[in-house]
Amino acid sequence: MPAVIPEDSVGIVQAQSIEFTEPLHLSCGRTLDAYHLTVETYGELNSDCSNAILICHALSGNHHVAGYYSMDDKKPGWWDSAIGPGKVIDTNKFFVIALNNLGGCHGSTGPNQVNPKTGKPYGPDFPIMTVDDWVESQARLADYYKIEQFAAIIGGSLGGMQALQWSINYPDRLRHCMVIAAAPKLSAQNIAFNEVARQAISKDSQFHGGHYYEQNEVPKVGLMLARMLGHITYLSDDGMKSKFGRDLRSGEISYDFTPQFEIESYLRYQGERFSTEFDANTYLLMTKALDYFDPTAKTGESLSQVLSKATAKFMVISFTTDWRFSPERSQEIVDALVYADKQVSYAEIEAAQGHDAFLIPIPRYLDVFKAYMQRVEGDTPSLNSQETI
Amino acid sequence: MRADLDLIKDWVEPGKRVLDLCCGDGELLHHLQTEKQASGYGLEIGPENITQCISKGVNVIEQDIEEGLASIKDNTFDTVIMTQAIQIMMRPDEIVEEMLRIGKECIVTFPNFGHWRARGYLAFRGQMPVSKFLPYTWYNTPNTHFCTFKDFERLCVEKNIYIMDRTVVDNSHQHRWWIHLWPNMLGEIAIYRITK
Repeated sequence: MPAVIPEDSVGIVQAQSIEFTEPLHLSCGRTLDAYHLTVETYGELNSDCSNAILICHALSGNHHVAGYYSMDDKKPGWWDSAIGPGKVIDTNKFFVIALNNLGGCHGSTGPNQVNPKTGKPYGPDFPIMTVDDWVESQARLADYYKIEQFAAIIGGSLGGMQALQWSINYPDRLRHCMVIAAAPKLSAQNIAFNEVARQAISKDSQFHGGHYYEQNEVPKVGLMLARMLGHITYLSDDGMKSKFGRDLRSGEISYDFTPQFEIESYLRYQGERFSTEFDANTYLLMTKALDYFDPTAKTGESLSQVLSKATAKFMVISFTTDWRFSPERSQEIVDALVYADKQVSYAEIEAAQGHDAFLIPIPRYLDVFKAYMQRVEGDTPSLNSQETI
Repeated sequence: MRADLDLIKDWVEPGKRVLDLCCGDGELLHHLQTEKQASGYGLEIGPENITQCISKGVNVIEQDIEEGLASIKDNTFDTVIMTQAIQIMMRPDEIVEEMLRIGKECIVTFPNFGHWRARGYLAFRGQMPVSKFLPYTWYNTPNTHFCTFKDFERLCVEKNIYIMDRTVVDNSHQHRWWIHLWPNMLGEIAIYRITK
């Protein structure tokens, strides 16, 4: 809980729900006739709508990116370190939009929301979502705000994949594309981890084939296991070693199966907390969207051929100890962009925190981010010519 | 602007696609972009330099060229540039070949170890030369592969590399007419423009 709201915070924020009534045709062949998106915005949209930045979230993220809901809030939004007045994404200059993606569980139309056709939660009947579908729904969100072209679209991990897909699907609708700790598609190992997580959830006796809402139950154990597994892939070996090592909670080995090592209780805590906050069906959907992501799949072209359509300028960032989406995976994106003769910069940030590093305010990461945002600012006509307060 | 960079600028035709290996703070690329409408990238590993490049609007890619340029396809660039860095490479010969593979032509600059001051230092003091221009001692120098103009040109002959242009300057990067009388003795910095 903040005693006072910090000066560089966007302060107390409120989410809003926006209704869309034009049917959305999805990659899976099904259609969402109507849907709503839960959105937060920070800063002011300027008169020519040229200063908007879209933040795309990762697997377990949502629209609450910055600020607090109340003075009792324990923690601010998930990327508060990067977004606020005077921060790297400066809300004095930019209008920042963040949404909960379709299929999410934080207010947007998704499995835990009521299907107007049946009067019951969608549950497992909610259609499988893809990154393409999200980009399409985000484009309609841009239309809602009358934003023809974003100053930048920024995302980490699965969010970076959405930013990349934007540059291909709507080349004219973004000037800059920031792809952080992402990959051009998942590896077999990535898919394998996702499958174990899905199995943990769907084999939970309280999952009921995804219809657990009606049973008033939650597949807590499955979600917890999925999160524990995921969490291991977000951290690095070095990071775990320095944070937990082989430290024991009580100082002594007890020769039983209770959690004794600090890392065990940490993972259990993370898993348990997550299982009370997140929806199991959404988790399944998000991992599938990750698995299916491959911008080259539709046409069978190479990544550089697909990216040849892009007109945005790119900033790609990776982290040295990230093994979920390693620096080599980011370099694949960079190589394809270079081959396609696109404007791209790339930084590999030294960090011990693994994949999670993209959420952490590491000084060099912020330096690079800030330098690039100056470029975004320079390419935003109204910010270039007018004095901002 | 550093004088060798000023000279290189004249060798890059407008609108060309350029790769600058070890691009530093991006000064050369920035000039080529703004004055010659060149496009392209710098490769760099220094964190400070990378941030400076980004601030300048220069496209920079964090990549250690010692780990290879294999990810870059043949003839991707019109001009590949490496200024004052060939002597710090593990295998200068392999780097030059790689540069000529990914670029149609290359510009290389390096300090001439055959300069009379370096020769005199070794001849009379019996020690590896240390100067304002080459301030390192033998045990901490990054310059592990010093060469002279003659050495470089011999490498070009061996590898069938065609020298399109060359010039020499002194350590204040000035052309002096007398340097050209005996470049390997009087020139301090070599600037070569080569192709296959």
